Amino acid sequence: MRASFKQSLAGAALAVAAFTTSVPPAVASPDQQFIPLATYRVGAYASSGVQVWAGMIDYLRYINEVEGGINGVKLVWQECETEWTAEKGIECYERFKNGLDGAPVAVYQPNGAPAAYALSERAEVDKIPLITLGYGRTEATDGTVFPYNFPVMLTFYSEASSLVNYIAEREGGFDKLKGKKIATVYHDSAYGRETLGPLKLLAEKYGFENIQIPVADPGNEQSAQWRQVRQANPDWVFLRTWGVSTPVAVKTAARFGFPVDHIIGDIWASSSEDVLPAGAAAKGYLALTPYPAGADFEIHKRLKQYVLDKGHSDLKDLKNFGSVYYNSGLVNAAVAVEAIRTAQAKFGKRPLNGEEGRWGLEHLNIDDARLKDMGYLGLMQNLKLSCRDHEGGGSARVQQWDGANWTLISDWIAADRALLRPLIDEKSAAFAKEKGLTPRACTGDE
Amino acid sequence: MTFFFETLLGGLLAGTLYSLVAIGFVLIYKASGVFNFAQGAMLLFAALTFVSLHDQGVPFALALLLTVIVMIGGALLIERLVLRPLVNRSQITLFMATLGLSFIIEGLAQGLMGSQVRALDLGIDDVPLFVGPLMLSQFDLVAAAAAGVLVTVLALLFNKTRIGVSLRAVADDTTAALSIGIHLNRIWQIVWAVAGVVGLVAGLLWGARQGVQFSLSLVVLKALPVLIIGGFTSIGGAMVGGLIVGAAENLAEVYIGPLIGGGITPWFAYVLALAFLYMRPAGLFGERAIERV
Repeated sequence: MRASFKQSLAGAALAVAAFTTSVPPAVASPDQQFIPLATYRVGAYASSGVQVWAGMIDYLRYINEVEGGINGVKLVWQECETEWTAEKGIECYERFKNGLDGAPVAVYQPNGAPAAYALSERAEVDKIPLITLGYGRTEATDGTVFPYNFPVMLTFYSEASSLVNYIAEREGGFDKLKGKKIATVYHDSAYGRETLGPLKLLAEKYGFENIQIPVADPGNEQSAQWRQVRQANPDWVFLRTWGVSTPVAVKTAARFGFPVDHIIGDIWASSSEDVLPAGAAAKGYLALTPYPAGADFEIHKRLKQYVLDKGHSDLKDLKNFGSVYYNSGLVNAAVAVEAIRTAQAKFGKRPLNGEEGRWGLEHLNIDDARLKDMGYLGLMQNLKLSCRDHEGGGSARVQQWDGANWTLISDWIAADRALLRPLIDEKSAAFAKEKGLTPRACTGDE
Repeated sequence: MTFFFETLLGGLLAGTLYSLVAIGFVLIYKASGVFNFAQGAMLLFAALTFVSLHDQGVPFALALLLTVIVMIGGALLIERLVLRPLVNRSQITLFMATLGLSFIIEGLAQGLMGSQVRALDLGIDDVPLFVGPLMLSQFDLVAAAAAGVLVTVLALLFNKTRIGVSLRAVADDTTAALSIGIHLNRIWQIVWAVAGVVGLVAGLLWGARQGVQFSLSLVVLKALPVLIIGGFTSIGGAMVGGLIVGAAENLAEVYIGPLIGGGITPWFAYVLALAFLYMRPAGLFGERAIERV
């Protein structure tokens, strides 16, 4: 009896495991374009991940089912679980880099800062372009040193500059910044420290006092930090946290009496998941984002008609349709699709490899007209990349949390990229020197 | 000077939240000599169960009661399926079992109740409260009161009841306790159930502060230096250890942090713990092991 109990328990456990982990294998062929999906559906960041992949998969499905693929080339995708870790991110990359059943890889999205850093140099060797939207090495903006790294759309440098430009707008002009205090409460990691340099430069230019207060990971107790904020009495707080450290920051700020509508979260502190746990304390919170929340953009109408209403969405909880993370998946997928589409114009309407994908990225030019065709106007900024410039955009919008939803309260705010470029060049030159690399010349024929 | 006292008091109050987590470890260590690596996962599971029930319209008190029942049921299952087959095995074996258990509980919690971040409102305002010139947190005061009540109840349980006497006997000498007829399995069931309920209290308070999400299980990292300082076998020690860690890390962050780049809160607590290890290896209130060699 005891043995049978154990056997049935083991059987049930195996059945549950098989049911919960089984994903139908993608069937690919050489006439298809492979889109690898390095996902994190389990682990500490699963709550955001499930929405990101839903956005990506819904858009890829839309391209296949409604547009018949990219110029007739069907997309095929397969997931690999990274749990947002570097080691599993590398495993997934190694599994995917040679394609799937003959379907080649044109672009690769590591989806996580640890994997992005770990793969940065590997991708250069393998000639697989990495798209790191909103994370990764800022100095990889310099395509002469990093030909296969693309921190597209909004690097942390541009984010800092957009923030200062927004505050200047709110204060009534750049001249009003002189004497103001801007405190940055940041996650004490490579990600968090990334804005120290640009904010120092911006403070010197505009004359505001630059206060930096680090929060060590995971940041689930921040009394000491917000006591320092209260003592410094800043006019604005730039919140560069991540994960649990964001709602804790917002709640602790309220406890210390700091007005939440003068806290501006960064790209990784701008989702509903960041503010919902903070409850009423988050009402009025501001956040910068390159992919605003909302389900009223044209692409959402199309997705609703062709994907969601047909029951084909990857989204398990439909109330997340149009969330920041879902929309980030849409924008990430669109960048990959448009890069391939651009490259097809040169190499032909066929599946492309990594070198061809890089060409597509470096010649990407998404203007308002193209955004309108795609249904992304307002959701995504203009993006024009080149051999020398792998960021391309450099703008963010500001959204405000009303206690239940995000409301967009600004148009695209462009960063002062010309001011920041010398800092980027300095870092990329140092990297090239350390690695003994000779930067390529950008002649326009690449 | 006001700023110093405010930081000190704020730190002491924050420390009581660390103590709540540490008490769960102490209970199981006292009964079995095992460091329960799964305590963080139990805390997450308890909070997630409560918030899932409450989100589905179950009234607060009933959700609390049902969660307590689930945690007791979980304790019985753990004892039956994990601990009993491993009885008389080495402590490292039991520790490894709790390590595996933590991953299973975390996976089950996310699989059954979803991975989305949930808000938890206990109805306690987390707003500034002024006592003279000192600004304190109302939420932290409530958490401190909860910790105080919990310690009192546990002290009564261990010192004034037959279960408590049995538990202390098992903790002192398991073989001797067995020889006088104390039911070891029953004691383990009770202790794991109580640790689960303590995890629920800690999970609710931490969940209200940071949201109920996977990273809730990471709050145990705050409990380790508390245990080293207070001792692994003393509930009172866990309280005192929490107060010391809370006060020290807050003062260090404010006064030492700016000198060395800041962000020192988590590791400073471990520096302190290491210092205690040099001076009092068993912690302030832990039992010193004396072995005949």
